[in-house]
Amino acid sequence: MNPTFTVNGRSCSAPADGTATLLDVLRDQLALTGAKRGCNYGVCGTCSVLIDGVLGRACLALAADCAGREIVTVEALDADGTPDPIQQRLVAAGAVQCGFCTPAMVLAARGLLAVNPRPSRAEAAAAISGNICRCSGYGAIVDAIVAAGHD
Amino acid sequence: MTEFGVVGTSAPRLDGIEKATGRAAYVDDMVRPGMLHGAVLRSAYAHALIVSVDVSAALALPGVHCVLTGDDFPHRYGAFVQDEVVLARGRVRYVGEPVAAVAAETPALAREALNLIAVDYEELPAVMTPAEALAPDAPLVHEDFAAYGRRVAVPLPPNVCAVTTIAEGDADAAFADCDVVVEGVYRTQPQVHVYLEPCGALAEADAAGKVTVWSSCQSVFRVQATVAEVLGLPMSRIRAIASKVGGAFGGKSDVTVQPLAALLALRSRRPVKLVLTRDDDFMMMRTRHPAEIWMKTGAMADGRLVARAARITLDGGAYAEDSSAVLGFALLIARGPYRIDHIRLEGQVAYTNRLRAAGFRGYGNPQVTFAGECQIDEIAARLGRDPIDLRLQNAVRAGDDWVGGQRLEACGLVECLERLRDALPPRMPGRGIGVACVAHISGILSTSAIVRVLEDGTVTLSTGAVDLGEGADTVLSQICAETLGVPLDRVNYAVPDTDGSPYNWSTGGSRVTYMVGRAVTAAAGQARDRLFDHAAEMLECAVVDLELRPGGRVGIAGVPGAEVAFRDISARAHWAVGGPIIGNASVMFEGGGFDPKRSAVTGNGIGRLGAFVFGAQAAEIEVDDVTGQIAVRRIWAAHDVGRAINPTAVAGQIAGGVAQGLGYALYEDLCFDGPNPANPTLMDYKVPGAKEMPEIIPIIVEHPEPSGPFGAKGIGEPPLVPVAPAIANALADVRGVRLRQLPLTPERVLDALDAART
Repeated sequence: MNPTFTVNGRSCSAPADGTATLLDVLRDQLALTGAKRGCNYGVCGTCSVLIDGVLGRACLALAADCAGREIVTVEALDADGTPDPIQQRLVAAGAVQCGFCTPAMVLAARGLLAVNPRPSRAEAAAAISGNICRCSGYGAIVDAIVAAGHD
Repeated sequence: MTEFGVVGTSAPRLDGIEKATGRAAYVDDMVRPGMLHGAVLRSAYAHALIVSVDVSAALALPGVHCVLTGDDFPHRYGAFVQDEVVLARGRVRYVGEPVAAVAAETPALAREALNLIAVDYEELPAVMTPAEALAPDAPLVHEDFAAYGRRVAVPLPPNVCAVTTIAEGDADAAFADCDVVVEGVYRTQPQVHVYLEPCGALAEADAAGKVTVWSSCQSVFRVQATVAEVLGLPMSRIRAIASKVGGAFGGKSDVTVQPLAALLALRSRRPVKLVLTRDDDFMMMRTRHPAEIWMKTGAMADGRLVARAARITLDGGAYAEDSSAVLGFALLIARGPYRIDHIRLEGQVAYTNRLRAAGFRGYGNPQVTFAGECQIDEIAARLGRDPIDLRLQNAVRAGDDWVGGQRLEACGLVECLERLRDALPPRMPGRGIGVACVAHISGILSTSAIVRVLEDGTVTLSTGAVDLGEGADTVLSQICAETLGVPLDRVNYAVPDTDGSPYNWSTGGSRVTYMVGRAVTAAAGQARDRLFDHAAEMLECAVVDLELRPGGRVGIAGVPGAEVAFRDISARAHWAVGGPIIGNASVMFEGGGFDPKRSAVTGNGIGRLGAFVFGAQAAEIEVDDVTGQIAVRRIWAAHDVGRAINPTAVAGQIAGGVAQGLGYALYEDLCFDGPNPANPTLMDYKVPGAKEMPEIIPIIVEHPEPSGPFGAKGIGEPPLVPVAPAIANALADVRGVRLRQLPLTPERVLDALDAART
């Protein structure tokens, strides 16, 4: 019996190959490609997902170690067809350029807002400090997170 | 308020929600039936002969479908020197150079197969710096250089792939008369593009042998041309399509892995996806040119700048690629945006056994502007002048000529400096402020656009311009919508695809808004004229009496009810009279080079590339005297964009450029340990994170460019350029020490502070 965990509320079992990462499962098995493979060694942050509500690196997490965990990916946020307010704020703020970091930024913001609904700019910057953006200079992303806190 | 409806508004980017919801498809997100996965073997040597390559064990591995080596790519390529091969043939020239490629059932299997390829090398002495490469009797990076095809066939010394000089006036005589002369050597480092999406391509051949290549690229047309060239196929057999591009910054301007994916697909008769790992991308791809710049600038006691001389050596790495043009552009810019009549600018590009240097946001400009803008401050200090004041005294203005004789039709540099001065706060204790200017171009070569009015009156815009994230598709759609008087949501921006899109040279050179925007304006204008022709017949009036009305209607001016909708006009065109309404336009920036009466030029001098753009920035810093760390607190960035088609997008380019400039100034440096890159990982190669960012205050200046679409010109590259010299000037301001080498690391700052104390 392979370890099971939930992804966006649906049960999922890790592959028999014990070396598969959570990112492999999300991208290759479940076709949830919002989590990106920017470096595959835990630095760039583009693979970030929420693991039991906390931002984590899907590329570093072995799928087998996720037994019993609740995984939330970016695809869950607009499951009803309506983008999450933070997604709308990011777009409106001009915080989305090439977009490769954006899904992870969305989840970093969600993770922050869940525990700190009205973050300051410094708190927002700290929350995304493990996520590299090469396009925006971060200011617009911070703006969007702070604004979403006021929604 | 804007006088336009769509232009000048901060319309959200067209694919913003698609990207924010994770549904945008980058190459690695794409899957084709039966798709194989590619992997690439890299050279472990900086310089070696390839004695033999044995791929039999790799081919014997079950699940491996194809292995390629250098012998599979007999055609050399290169825009200026035909020195480059897709896979090393007979010789490797840098650590990381692609040597073989595999297509297999899974990525893991493909990597396993790489381990089974046996390459027998015979190591050769390598040249790791221009100084080593240019030394007498140095080993040659390209033994066969003389046999290569070259676009600029001037005689060159060994291990040099380009030499260019530009002279105007009489610099030596002018220096002799100067009251103040400053002179120094400035060094800049290899900066890595670090687009967050590693390079990748997916290729698939049809039964007739035509290959479709989806890839992360800056120009589908350059991909098409180069893949055809290296495969020895007609361009008509290659179809290149842009996927979403996760950043490029110049690093995806030339081909990356598209030729490998294409041949793997042709040989295996299966779709093949080849996406580099981050390690492979660092080791195989490209950096900004490292530079060593000797520069000398002279001024009169009253502050007038009169002479500048420079000798620039760029490290081009193992293959020439665009180095010749990067050098030519660096020289064109090296005078700086000042009225300096006497210049002597010389440059060369050395081959070394390092990975290739390439265009990178700024294209030679950050290097020379670091030197040049430091020297302006050095002169200001010698003369006891305010740095902004000295720059204002000498700044070029509209109507002046650039090096080579190009007239500046519009120039907002003075306003940039004045707005900067007005924005700067009173000096805070312990903080230094430094200023630097930038001039750049927006233009280059040719492009085209097609505007089709669909049966229901909505519009499809095709330009072939790939959006790298800057928002080109949004801005071009805004220009199209404005010209036709329709809301933005009625314009469909077609995915760049060489089978359907009209030619666009590239997304690069800060050119898309200006060049492609001109083509869109003309094509949409042509479509509008055809709509008017129909409307005149339908409304039984003269064309001159017609006007565009909001929402896609044409009416008789002054007669409120008399109008027809685009939908009705286009239906008439499609089903009754005249045929479908299509506007198309081709444009070329016809530069014409240098005025020979003004400039003496040798080598690959490039002038009149496009419209000039200008900016000025100020950096406010604090310095920790214990650690040597520079903390940048605020950066004010004033940039003349002609007209901001989309102010939020302009501010985004400014902030993003400043962030990359900050990395260039303080952190980013691909170091070498002997022949090997010492820090080719994101762990060890530091790019700025959210907590390192200062407050960035964008100041948008609008001096409409007469030839630009609604007066607009480019903003992609300039914001990166002045950051490093502004910070270096701030360091001199607050601590009195002058660093002439990037990045401005804590160690260098401490060394300089120590030296100043003794």
